[in-house]
Amino acid sequence: MKKIVEFFTSLKLTVVLLAFAIVLVFIGTIAQADEGLYGAQAHYFKQWLVVGANFFGHKIPLLLPGGYLIGTLLLVNLVASHIYRFELSTKKLGIQLAHAGVIVLLVGQLSTDLLSRELQMHFNEGETRNYSDSATDYELIFLNGNEVTAIPEKLLRAGDQMKIESLPFTISVKQHWHNSDLNFRAPMMQNAPPLTTNGIAVNFDFLKVDNVKAMDQRNVPTVVVEFLTPSGSLGTWVASDWAGDATLVVAVRNGYAQMGAAMAQKIATQLAAPQTIDVGGKKFTFTLRPARVIHPFSLTLLKATHTTYPGTDIPKDFRSRVRIDNAQTGEKREVEISMNHPLRYGGYTYYQYQMDAGQVAEQAGRTPSSVLSVVRNPGWLTPYIGCAMVGIGLVIQFMFHLVGFVSKTKKK
Amino acid sequence: MKKIFQKRFPPFLMFVMALWFFAKLQTPKDKDFAFTEFGQLPVTANGRIVPLDSVARNSLLEIREKQTLNTEPWKAWNENPKIISATEWLANMMMNPAVCDDWPAIRIDNPDLVSLLKLPDKDAAKKSDGKHYSWNQLQPSLATFDKENERVQKKEAASRTAYENAIAKMHQRLSLYTQLRNAVQPADAQDWPAELAAFEQMIPAGVAAAQAQQAGKEYDKTVFTTFIGYVQQFQFMANLEPPLILPPNGAREWRRMGDALLDAPRANGVDIDDGVRAYAKMAGALAANQPEEFNSALRDLRSLLVASQPKALAKARAEVFFNQMEPFYNAMVIYVLAGLLACFSWFNLSSTLRRASVWLIALAFVIHTIGLVYRMVLEGRPPVTNLYSSAIFIGWGAVLLGLILEKFHKNGIGAVVASGIGFITLIIAHHLALEGDTMEMMRAVLDTNFWLATHVVAVTVGYASTFVAGFLALIYIMRGMFTKTLDEATGKSLARMIYGIVCFATLFSFVGTVLGGIWADQSWGRFWGWDPKENGALIIVLWNALILHLRWGGLIRERGLVNCAIFGNVVTAWSWFGVNMLGIGLHSYGFTEAAFKWLVLFVVSQLGFIALGLLPAKLWKSFKVRMA
Repeated sequence: MKKIVEFFTSLKLTVVLLAFAIVLVFIGTIAQADEGLYGAQAHYFKQWLVVGANFFGHKIPLLLPGGYLIGTLLLVNLVASHIYRFELSTKKLGIQLAHAGVIVLLVGQLSTDLLSRELQMHFNEGETRNYSDSATDYELIFLNGNEVTAIPEKLLRAGDQMKIESLPFTISVKQHWHNSDLNFRAPMMQNAPPLTTNGIAVNFDFLKVDNVKAMDQRNVPTVVVEFLTPSGSLGTWVASDWAGDATLVVAVRNGYAQMGAAMAQKIATQLAAPQTIDVGGKKFTFTLRPARVIHPFSLTLLKATHTTYPGTDIPKDFRSRVRIDNAQTGEKREVEISMNHPLRYGGYTYYQYQMDAGQVAEQAGRTPSSVLSVVRNPGWLTPYIGCAMVGIGLVIQFMFHLVGFVSKTKKK
Repeated sequence: MKKIFQKRFPPFLMFVMALWFFAKLQTPKDKDFAFTEFGQLPVTANGRIVPLDSVARNSLLEIREKQTLNTEPWKAWNENPKIISATEWLANMMMNPAVCDDWPAIRIDNPDLVSLLKLPDKDAAKKSDGKHYSWNQLQPSLATFDKENERVQKKEAASRTAYENAIAKMHQRLSLYTQLRNAVQPADAQDWPAELAAFEQMIPAGVAAAQAQQAGKEYDKTVFTTFIGYVQQFQFMANLEPPLILPPNGAREWRRMGDALLDAPRANGVDIDDGVRAYAKMAGALAANQPEEFNSALRDLRSLLVASQPKALAKARAEVFFNQMEPFYNAMVIYVLAGLLACFSWFNLSSTLRRASVWLIALAFVIHTIGLVYRMVLEGRPPVTNLYSSAIFIGWGAVLLGLILEKFHKNGIGAVVASGIGFITLIIAHHLALEGDTMEMMRAVLDTNFWLATHVVAVTVGYASTFVAGFLALIYIMRGMFTKTLDEATGKSLARMIYGIVCFATLFSFVGTVLGGIWADQSWGRFWGWDPKENGALIIVLWNALILHLRWGGLIRERGLVNCAIFGNVVTAWSWFGVNMLGIGLHSYGFTEAAFKWLVLFVVSQLGFIALGLLPAKLWKSFKVRMA
């Protein structure tokens, strides 16, 4: 027991962990060039054990403790030493406060990692949203009147069969691609048969592509599923997040323009049209779309402004004017969200994220639109507290040193 | 006598250098053409109001890597080559291409590129220094260049060879050159005032012809062709995106010359701006070599501005004064002098030299501070807004720390640290300035003085202090290894300084890094995103914390501390420059090709010093003396 205590309270452990942390952060940073930000985070930082690494385009064999392991051990080390060596004296006050601050920071980051949720809200000027979309998670949803059944994308594994109580059929997953691309199937010149002969697959081909690396891109998943009932199959269908993509619908319409406006519109509508299956008189509309969080209030985008410095393309300001409508509280007020000025409301924080407005949108004839990043992070205050504690603690500690040092020099 | 000398020499030396600095503040008098006054005209470039003087200096820095133009570079310095100011060059660039295109203003360093373009080597008889060439000299081989450039532009920047980089650089230089040639008049205009008058006269007929042509009716073909010729020419000028030189007029904001010329037919009627006329008159006078005319047109333009743009005029004047002052360059010169004096003081242990050095550092520091504050006022921003200003501020912080150390220890070490880091950081800033305007506007997300003043300043102070600790450690190794001057007391006092500075660095780098996280939380909703620059800063914090824990645990002693502090230099340089070179993440601004070479060199040199530091004590000159 004593040995264990000694181990976890030892300064050597701290030193070793700090050294490992430095190596890990360094390698995890370099690897971002090869693996992308999210990839590197998952490989090195949000990880217990790191096996193998990318280093300037080369794969190197190596075994390192991951971010979780180092963080947890540091936390144990800190807490243990704190309890073990705690003493109430002014001389130690600073150093103890600083270390307590580091504990707050570590715990705060751990809680953020477990509890925080990152969502997005996309809207054009004039549109109203009472929900936010997940930036990373998707779900296959079935709509029957007002009844919604959602299956997280993670559960849809190729080869699996799924029976859900609220649905009168079994879902057989034929294909699952976490990221996919699509091609228009030009009529008359098809050289491969379509994925299926139902719904959007008639006009579009979907194919698997590698997961995205860059921070501002996202994966667009596609699944191929067959619906089975005791009385037979309802056919094989493609459900893809591409289907609802507004900019894609516009692109398709423009791409088919040569075939005549009516035809182009028809094909574009096919991409956006809901796909429906009929089971014993019950209609189920299904789509694969970003996971949703419904808010008890709504935001309406009144105006999206994007200004640049005169004579340049350097962005000067992004700004969304929105109206909050909250039936519960009777609130109906306008508020402005801009870079560095988020809106904190209803447990979520709304940040200005992306914008398509100003001259660029105007020239392309697009309705100005805005994307807000919507974050729920119950631990958001911990960095503020932790930073203050460490800052004050270190100042107190170093003041002791400095005063001692100056008075010593003076005596000489 | 000796005593008086010892007492008076340091302040006297400072006084001499201060006089030298003040003498440089004098604005040069214009002989005939009022180019200095021309340089004070405000325009809008890079999204902000700047004097033409700054446009001239920044452009010349980009094209020639100097702020002045030597029109006879093949002559040795003692043969009095003719050197002209950046504004004189710019005025001729914009309004007198016949003369300017013969000046060797374009710098080409790469020998392969020189031979590709069949340019003469260094040869005084042929009037060539093998490095600087004129626009006209390049013309015959421009087709060859374009072909090579087209190939190079398709290649990713990271995979280019030195020669290909030279091509890309040259392409940038030529683009800028073309832009400036078309900022006031079409570059090929023979007599711009006359052409402008002709254009003005034909506007009604031209507009009528163009409208008729559009409507599919009968139109005068000659008028139409000439008019469209003008329009295309002006369109071309505007599309090059040169500075917006025409001041606001009525409802119109700052405009490019090309746009302003296109405005005239659009406005339904003859409505050429007075500003356009004034510039045309200046161009005519400059080409005809009539200083009186030029100066009177300049006065006309100024009086327009005095009435409508007093603020822009004042701001431009203030910036011209700042350019003229060159505070950072002058401070750098004084730091070199001070550093030499301080180093000498170690050997003969003369306190006079040491004091002289401190006095000079104080002077340079004052000039450095004036420059820093002046820049802040000009920009309306906290001190650090980009890589360039971070170099200035790191230097400033390190000099301050060095001076404080010197005040307490009075052993010349703080003086060497102050002058050494002051000099190195200002040299770095000087080279970073070659990239163009150093006071560029802040992108939307960075447009917050609060976070620039807290997070950025704290992190930068963290950098500065880590460098100070590392520099002290270098002094320890150099003096200990190669001289006998590192006695026990000096060694101990150096170690104490390093320890104290590492504590200071830990505080600032930690607070700065966490504040950065809080800023990120405020603007993106995430405290920590593992962005390369964030990680770089985190590594500095971790490294400093590691040093402190090693020391507290008794795992390292004096020399271990010294070696660790040197590695702090590597860690900090990596965070400052290295992460930008990865070309990924939110902070990947300001990548410079040459910087990479220097970074590698720096890291290798630091590792070399650590290797020296690990050598056994008997190989250290100072330790041998102590043992004996």
